[in-house]
Amino acid sequence: MNQAEWPLWEVFIRSKQGLDHKHVGSLHAADATMAIQNARDVYTRRMEGVSIWVVESVHVHASNPDDSAAFFDPANDKVYRHPTFYEVPDSIKHM
Amino acid sequence: METVEINLEEQFQARIDADVRIEPKDWMPDAYRKTLIRQISQHAHSELVGMLPEGNWITRAPSLKRKSILLAKVQDEAGHGLYLYSAAETLGASRDQMLADLHSGKAKYSSIFNYPTLSWADMGCVGWLVDGAAILNQVPLCRTSYGPYARAMVRVCKEESFHQRQGFEIMQTLCEGTPVQKEMAQEALNRWWWPTLMMFGPKDADSPNTAQSMNWRIKRFTNDELRQKFVDMMVPQAEFLGLTVPDPNVKWNQTKNGYDFGEVDWEEFWNVVKGNGMCNKDRLGARIKAHEEGAWVREAALAHAAKRKQREQQEKSAAA
Repeated sequence: MNQAEWPLWEVFIRSKQGLDHKHVGSLHAADATMAIQNARDVYTRRMEGVSIWVVESVHVHASNPDDSAAFFDPANDKVYRHPTFYEVPDSIKHM
Repeated sequence: METVEINLEEQFQARIDADVRIEPKDWMPDAYRKTLIRQISQHAHSELVGMLPEGNWITRAPSLKRKSILLAKVQDEAGHGLYLYSAAETLGASRDQMLADLHSGKAKYSSIFNYPTLSWADMGCVGWLVDGAAILNQVPLCRTSYGPYARAMVRVCKEESFHQRQGFEIMQTLCEGTPVQKEMAQEALNRWWWPTLMMFGPKDADSPNTAQSMNWRIKRFTNDELRQKFVDMMVPQAEFLGLTVPDPNVKWNQTKNGYDFGEVDWEEFWNVVKGNGMCNKDRLGARIKAHEEGAWVREAALAHAAKRKQREQQEKSAAA
C-alpha cells in the first residue's frame, strides 16, 4: 500500500433535461475524464442521467454542522418571508 | 470536558431517537463511527467477493440472454461495492486500508460466498435465495441512521430486486424443464438453503452487538427476526416451484403465524467465518490476484493523469 490512492471525486447527475444536477455519491479516478466515465458506469447503468458533473472532493467547501444553529439563525425569525404569514380575506380570489 | 462529552452523546442519542439522520461531519461517538466502518466495509467486501462465485459462470451461461443478464448482475455487484466503500470513506476510512484489511483477512465478508457454485442451478439459487436474504437485510438499512449508508442502500435495493427475480426465473425454468433439470434445481436448493439461513448472522443470544446497533438505529431488526421472515417468505416460493426445503422440521405454526424450522449448524457457521470454509482461500486468492495484477493499471492511470496535467500547464504558459 505504498502507492498513492486515486483522488476522490463527488458526482452530480442531471436525471433529465430541466432538472438540477443532484449529488449522487463519490468515486475514485485518476483524472476528470476517467471520473466522468466511471460515474457513467457506476451511477447511470439504468438511464438515470443525461448529464454528469464531477468535482474533486478536496475542492468542496462546506458549512460546519457544529455551527449550524447560529449559522442558519438569521432566517429563523422571519416567518413574514412566507406567503402563509399573511391573511387574505375569503372573498379575495386569485392571490 | 467530561460533561461536554456526555452532553454531546445525549444530544446525539436524542437525534437518533427522533429519527434525524446523522451526516458525515456531524459529531458522533467513536464507537458509532467504528461500528459503521466495520459494518459498511464488511458489506462492501461482500459485494466485491460476491462477484467471484458468479463470475465463475459467465463463460458457461446456457444462452446469450442468460450471459448478458449475469454480466449485468455482476457489474451491479461491483457498483454496490463502490457505493458502500464511498459511504465508509465519508467516515474517514481509506479505500486502500479497507482493501488491505480484506486481503489480510482482518476484515470479514459474508460467509455465503465461501461456498462453491457447482451447477447452473446455483446461479438460480444465488439470485433467488442469497439475494433474497440480502434484500431482507438491506431494505431496513434504507432507514439506517447514518445518511450516506442509507442513501447507498436505497440505490442498492432498487437494483437488487432484478437480481432476485432473475434467480427465481432460472429456478422456475429448470423446474419446468426435464426431470434432470428439476433435480439439478433441487440439488442446488439442498446445498444453498442452510448457508443462506446463516447469512442473517448468529442467534440473537449470541450476537452481543445487536442491542447497541438497534439502539443507534443502525439495525432495525434482529438476526432471528429477519431469519424468521426469510423462512416465511421462501417456503411458499419453494412449494410453488415444486421443490422441497431440506429441513424436515419446517412446519406451519398457526400460533406464531409463521413457520417453525430446524436449528442452523452453528459449528459450520463459525468454522466458515474463521476461514475454514470450502472456498475461503480460493476467494481471497482470486481477489488478491486481481488486485495485484491491476496495480500497473492504477499506477499508469495516475502517471498518465500527471503527464496530461503537466502538458496542459506547459501549453498554457506557452500561450501566455
